[in-house]
Amino acid sequence: MSMWEYANPKRFMGWTRPVLPWTFGLAGVCLAIGLVWGFFFTPDDFRQGSTVKIIYLHVPSALMAINAWIMMLVASLIWLVRRHHVSALAARAAAPVGVVFTLIALFTGGIWGQPMWGTYWAWDPRLTSFLILFLFYLGYIALWEAIEDPDTAADLTSVLCMVGSVFAILSRYAVLFWNQGLHQGASLSLDKEENISDVFWFPLLVCIAGFVLLFIALVLMRTRTEIRARRIRALEARARRA
Amino acid sequence: MIALLLRDLRLAVRAGGGFGLGLAFFLIVVVLVPFGVGPETELLSRIAPGILWVASLLAALLSLDRIFALDYEDGSLALLATSPLPMEGAAMMKALAHWITTGLPLTMAAPALGFLLSLAPEAYAYLLISLLIGTPALSMIGTFGAALTVGLRRGGLLLSLLVLPLYVPTLIFGAEAVRRGADGLDPSGALILMAGITAGSFALLPFATAAVLRINLR
Repeated sequence: MSMWEYANPKRFMGWTRPVLPWTFGLAGVCLAIGLVWGFFFTPDDFRQGSTVKIIYLHVPSALMAINAWIMMLVASLIWLVRRHHVSALAARAAAPVGVVFTLIALFTGGIWGQPMWGTYWAWDPRLTSFLILFLFYLGYIALWEAIEDPDTAADLTSVLCMVGSVFAILSRYAVLFWNQGLHQGASLSLDKEENISDVFWFPLLVCIAGFVLLFIALVLMRTRTEIRARRIRALEARARRA
Repeated sequence: MIALLLRDLRLAVRAGGGFGLGLAFFLIVVVLVPFGVGPETELLSRIAPGILWVASLLAALLSLDRIFALDYEDGSLALLATSPLPMEGAAMMKALAHWITTGLPLTMAAPALGFLLSLAPEAYAYLLISLLIGTPALSMIGTFGAALTVGLRRGGLLLSLLVLPLYVPTLIFGAEAVRRGADGLDPSGALILMAGITAGSFALLPFATAAVLRINLR
């Protein structure tokens, strides 16, 4: 049995039903532990004071905003190559979740930027590329909504997703490309000497795990909704014909 | 390919509109700005590079939906798809025709409008060069957007939502080159990056455009 059999809609509905509550539960536990640990049981940074704690929302959501697009890219490629409907629907389901993560990252970044940089917004390459990523998410969703035929919509949005991934990758590496911006460089790499200190690092890891699990859970749930919506549409079409 | 290019050019010229309309729009936008921000010369000359670039970008956007819409309606796009010319080539020729009918006139007209905004004298050469290098990218990216939305009845707004974010890098580097030219700095870095965007979009986007057109013609 190959892994592709799990992409059969019926099978997908079957195995996600028991998995879904567990992912939601684990995400909730991770987020609760990570956020409470981060907010109440870590010391204030010696220069940033307590504002450093917004990192527990900002970094995981920014990370997931980019990874959501990458996940959509992979799902779109699977749809274009193997034409599994569940894959196209998963890409569609992930887009609104990605928008929300992008918004959270932008807002928390602004709230963090006000006391630290003295401004909510600056036209820094990192911030700008993130804003463009946000606009791209909106365009992607709008294109899905605008086209009636589901297969055409899936094809067109897949191509758009591939073109748009230029920006997802650009925002991922913008920190490394441009040094002149306000946004600080990467401080979480696994292979670097200069990371943030362990006191902040461990709760942050738990938060990131929580956001990843939350993303998976939301996408699974939304994909299940999309499958059900499509079944209803098929049933209605059949009823109309009969 | 040449025949297709000539046909598109002839259609654009004979139908009127497309040709002059983009230019007139460019003129209007540039003229509106001094009314909006006030006529102080120093202020205008400082923001002139950005305004000229934003205006030319909007003017290019205006005529995008014509690239495929008429051919899609009267069926000549389907004929193109069955012709021996590969769809990628057709897409590239469409973009080229769009550039010749909008990008090139915009580039030619931009220095004249620079006077209106009292652009710094050193910047005119760089304005011409940057528009000359940058507008082909606008046409190619726009052709991809037009191909995406060709099957939609009201694709115009969606088209701008899809295309404008893709225009941002070209805009940044284009305006940056002119601004550096106006300040007497060396703008070659921005120009080279913009040339890279243009070359990259012409190398990759014809394939995406052709794929999207095939899907829309299915």
